[in-house]
Amino acid sequence: MALFDRFQDLIRSHAAVKAVGADPFGVKMDRVVSPTEAIVEGRPTILVGTNNYLGLTFDSSCIEAAVEAIETHGTGTTGSRIANGSYGGHTALEDALARFYGRRSAMVFTTGYQANLGIISRIAGPKDYLIIDADSHASIYDACKMCDGTVIRFRHNDAADLDKRLQRLAGTDGNKVIVVEGIYSMLGDQAPLAEIAAVKRKHGAYLVVDEAHSMGVLGKTGRGLAEAVGVEADVDFIVGTFSKSLGAIGGFCVSDHPEFDVLRIACRPYMFTASLPPSIVASVAAALDAVERRPELRTRLWSNVNTLYDGLKRRGFSLGPQKGPVVAVQLPNPEMGVQAWQLLLQSGVYVNLALPPATPNGLSLLRCSVCAAHSRHQLERVIDVITDVGHQIGVLGETARAAAG
Amino acid sequence: MVGGRVAGAEDEVLGAVTTALEPFRKGGAPITVDTDISQDLNLDSVAVLDLLMELEEKFDVSIPLNLVPEIRTVGQLAATVRKLKEG
Repeated sequence: MALFDRFQDLIRSHAAVKAVGADPFGVKMDRVVSPTEAIVEGRPTILVGTNNYLGLTFDSSCIEAAVEAIETHGTGTTGSRIANGSYGGHTALEDALARFYGRRSAMVFTTGYQANLGIISRIAGPKDYLIIDADSHASIYDACKMCDGTVIRFRHNDAADLDKRLQRLAGTDGNKVIVVEGIYSMLGDQAPLAEIAAVKRKHGAYLVVDEAHSMGVLGKTGRGLAEAVGVEADVDFIVGTFSKSLGAIGGFCVSDHPEFDVLRIACRPYMFTASLPPSIVASVAAALDAVERRPELRTRLWSNVNTLYDGLKRRGFSLGPQKGPVVAVQLPNPEMGVQAWQLLLQSGVYVNLALPPATPNGLSLLRCSVCAAHSRHQLERVIDVITDVGHQIGVLGETARAAAG
Repeated sequence: MVGGRVAGAEDEVLGAVTTALEPFRKGGAPITVDTDISQDLNLDSVAVLDLLMELEEKFDVSIPLNLVPEIRTVGQLAATVRKLKEG
């Protein structure tokens, strides 16, 4: 058996997708012009497939902070915080995050993936239990593989099933740690966090919430879902990322746990990788400041969410169950998904194509993401183009016929 | 029993596992205790996890994710569920 023989099925299915047209998993942006526009294959394209919820990637204060930092402190740290030391910016950013969340401690990671990998892999020991939502992000599943504890899944967003699972563990030794996400990245639905927090209290468990897609988006001050539903006191650890609303890259965890800092010398994904470069640390700090000082970004985002979600709903599309910055258009099968995605790109609209097994329930999705910087005109154009494509591939006609029949 | 056909009636767990796997049968080959779940059936890793959830519900158990890599055959899956069920 040759080295990559086991990938033959994957190679075949990818080839089948590419045979239809442009490769949805290998898009080349010739040039990104703004948070909402790029030149793709020579065509001006509206970006509706990012995680740039607040549109801060081209924010002048973030860019200026990054430029100044790179000129003052150089291009990179060339090492890890543990082996090669922390820069002033790292600790200042951690202080700013702790302050923003009203927590005792914060820890910054080099990516959001590593934040989940580091925290979730180490939070439960050999005798402990991790109880995760079945639709958890790949970074959570990968962390589970590195975790010494017992890993149990509960039905997606089902607090009653979580309760049942914890009930089954009643009487066992070991800590129970629940892991959920604020907003799930594929369908854009939110965890029923108030119910989950109640189950957590009932069983004396710990609760970790990944606010990757909800930071800057939900809550009065943008702290995420826990703030929005008023259960921050029940959340023991919040993990998040700098690569979505904060427009850069990196990850973090905040907590009130008095011994939280031990994780700095216990989490391998923190210890054995280079720390964030000064420019990124500076732009993230400026972006966090923008989240705090410019609530109008969030207001604009939600107004755009309403425009896109309501617009697509009115045209007859099946969407994710909950309104939010991720608007998922559901298509009947992967072939239609690929076809629709390619037609959209040819018409100057870039969305994400999400296919099984990366999606829940075998769904084929055109994952659209809303940005505070989208103009009304752009979103109306996006709705029109998606509607045209829906007619071309027959999905809107079918829906109409089904509804009529 | 090893290598033989599964008789649903003689073991509730094995019967339920076989029934749940029936839709994923490849061709005419019957499902036996030795059927390799990922090799001999049309199941990807996500379908396997969905199937486990169905069995967890039916038998009121939680199958730890840590045990999944060790479950290769239908017989092993049934044995795992049985063991968890008996506590």
